[in-house]
Amino acid sequence: MFYINEINAAGKIAVDDTILIKGTPATAGSKMLANFKPLFSAEAVEKLEKAGYAIAGKANVGEFGLDLMGETSASGAVTVNGALAGAGAALVADGKVKAALGVDLNGAPRRAAAVAGVDFIKPTYGTVSRYGVIACACSGEQIGVTAANADDAKEILTVIAGHDAKDGTSLPAEKYDYSTSEDVSAMKIAIAKDLYDAADADVKAKIDAYAEALKAKGASVEVISLEIASQAQTAWQILMAAETTNNLSRFDGVKYGYRAADYKNIDELYVKSRSEAMGFLAKATIIYGSDVLAKAKYEKCYDKSLRIRRIVCDKAKEIFAKYDAILAPAASKAEFKPYDTADAFEKVFAESFFTAVPSITGMPAMVTKGVQLMADSFKESVLLSIAKSVEV
Amino acid sequence: MKYELVIGLETHVELSTDSKLFCSCGGHSSPKEPNDCVCPACCGMPGMLPVTNKHAIELAVKAGFMLNCKINQYTTFDKKSYYYPDLPCAYQITQWFHPICVDGSVQIGERTIGIKQIHVEEDAGKLVHDEATNTSFVDYNRTSVPLIEIVSRPDFRSSDEVIAYLKNLKSSLQFAGISECEEGAMRCDVNISVRPEGSNELGVRSEIKNMSSLSEIKDAIEFEKVRHIDAIERHTEMLVQETRRWDDVKRRTFPMRNKETAADYRYFPDPNLMPIVIDDEWLAEIRASMPATADEKAMHYESMGIAAKEAAVLSSDRKLADTFDAVVATGRSPKVVASWILTECMGQMKRLELDSLDIEPAKLARIIELVESGEITRAAGKKVLSAVFENGVEVDAYCEENKLNAKVDEGFILETVRKVIAENEKVVADYKGGKVKALQALFGSVMKELRGTGSPDVIRAMLEKELN
Repeated sequence: MFYINEINAAGKIAVDDTILIKGTPATAGSKMLANFKPLFSAEAVEKLEKAGYAIAGKANVGEFGLDLMGETSASGAVTVNGALAGAGAALVADGKVKAALGVDLNGAPRRAAAVAGVDFIKPTYGTVSRYGVIACACSGEQIGVTAANADDAKEILTVIAGHDAKDGTSLPAEKYDYSTSEDVSAMKIAIAKDLYDAADADVKAKIDAYAEALKAKGASVEVISLEIASQAQTAWQILMAAETTNNLSRFDGVKYGYRAADYKNIDELYVKSRSEAMGFLAKATIIYGSDVLAKAKYEKCYDKSLRIRRIVCDKAKEIFAKYDAILAPAASKAEFKPYDTADAFEKVFAESFFTAVPSITGMPAMVTKGVQLMADSFKESVLLSIAKSVEV
Repeated sequence: MKYELVIGLETHVELSTDSKLFCSCGGHSSPKEPNDCVCPACCGMPGMLPVTNKHAIELAVKAGFMLNCKINQYTTFDKKSYYYPDLPCAYQITQWFHPICVDGSVQIGERTIGIKQIHVEEDAGKLVHDEATNTSFVDYNRTSVPLIEIVSRPDFRSSDEVIAYLKNLKSSLQFAGISECEEGAMRCDVNISVRPEGSNELGVRSEIKNMSSLSEIKDAIEFEKVRHIDAIERHTEMLVQETRRWDDVKRRTFPMRNKETAADYRYFPDPNLMPIVIDDEWLAEIRASMPATADEKAMHYESMGIAAKEAAVLSSDRKLADTFDAVVATGRSPKVVASWILTECMGQMKRLELDSLDIEPAKLARIIELVESGEITRAAGKKVLSAVFENGVEVDAYCEENKLNAKVDEGFILETVRKVIAENEKVVADYKGGKVKALQALFGSVMKELRGTGSPDVIRAMLEKELN
């Protein structure tokens, strides 16, 4: 099932079900919010509607957007030919919509785009308002755009980016310059060896082909080691899970959403409602997140991860002082088969090795032709230019 | 052996802002229907993000100045997690890692009370329990209303010091416009232990949670003092560090369930709220907007010729002082205004059992003006004041309706004087027999007949003339 709610058959933009549209149920892929109707629309949705883009529908997502690409949705996983697929990316790949808005909190829309062979751009943290996103990992999650090509991605991103006073982390610029140039001959690209080595052969082949295409355009391509990837992976796991735990705690069965039928007291109401309504991955994330935030562990887990985030940012800046972009796989595989639920937490953690650096640093990333490009903050133009030059 | 108390206070005060701490709903509580001052943000709905109320930050800094604190120019908001139905997000946004004000002190008589810190946080909602249906209802009107928590050092040695500190705090906060400190808007947690006098070690500590009345606080401290000393001297119980609550009906404290106190709040910085940087310029602006403190006000009143004792009373309460300032500003004499407020207005407040003075300064000013110019008598003035307190009447219209004008027809006064003389033959005889005091009785009768309207001087002169 691609859509949770179809809104307008003539609409050209799909919106992930973790992003609110006034009056349209928003489940975030969870039984917990099966009947939740928001009172307001996300800022990104408002901006699109104001600019004349009609919304096609709410795209099915994994529970709270925490999984690989939609397989934990309470409405059922989205698959294409027996392989996992993200609904937004699949809709774009099918030509059903021009673009899809997705929340990148732990790489799901990047993996989905890589699998579907479409583009996805996660812009710099703070450039697109998070107002109206059903929040998990506030310090890194960001709305991005899935589209068939770099031009479409740029068109939609231009509309949704810009300051929003309703989001305290929204950056002050009203508009961003995403102008592109197909001349990439002066660009210096670095292939991240650590990520390349960890990917399957068919993924490696895509990177190789992309590197050759860039060289043919005159860009220089070098191989570097990206040691920060594993530090970013662990630290982001801790920050992401802790913040998710905290944000999901409001879903307690008291005010809205799912409430267990039988309970003797308030504690039972909480425990039963949450136990019955949430899936395995959400629960695993909550348990992990509660543990790393415990008083006895705070210093060596959450606080340390904040310090690691700063180091990772500094190291990434050093790399981007020398290179315009990093070229790397977006995922270990070119195709993901449904897996055992019990493996979910480890599976997602393993894949976040490829996506965590942009997640934890807030730097932009783009998926195109099955590969991932990363750049320094506010360098979306670099990503779009590279993508466009290889696409044409 | 002699013992001394060691007490520290955590005082929660509601800030006087127009809106809540992180959304634009109306601010400090006033009587409303349940849940009519809420929005998706303060109801904990997904998708909403907090945006900090700048005025709340400024008021907290003012409180810091007032209590001689160091202002942390880099300050952060953090999340404190616990589940309770009155807390819609299941976390409270507070300041844990970098509170806005630290290391202050305040002088209470001879004693200096240290202030460990002041931090800003959001209030929780309210649960209403319906016994009949065994159901609880949630009211989120108070959710996210801004509070400051003022944490003292354990520097108090008696309940009297605690009460003096709280009274002083209340009047200072009201003066600076930081908090209205309305009934229930100032809540205290009291940390208390007992040790032999002269000892430097601390005894086992009890924390008595969430008290709002001064008498309750005093009684709870006195109760705990006896309980602790009994435990030490007579081994009546084994003291343990615990959280207790005061039961106002049973007049004693009880331990709270362990479950309520053994929580791990899982504090971490709120990623939705950027650290607040208070630069020197903003800090200077806030300092410049500080109003006079109560003490400064009192000194100012004394310089206007008000007696020290009266100045102290006037300056101790914001409503009294504001009314005084406003009436004096209309050109009335400060001494006269002080007397009207401290005697007549406070008399009315006592009669009507009012906690605070609530009179339009213009009305009080008009009453004083009429009395001072002799247009109505002081007795008539009191009558108008009483009507203003009771029904909020318009001063001039009321005087007219009730014929309070002192310049009533002199012929009518003379008629009344003659009537009173005719009806009181015995008193008149007494007066004529040399009993000077009898004149006062006749004067009183005339005043009574005229319902306080005639000028006393005119009446007295006419009486003397008619009798002689």
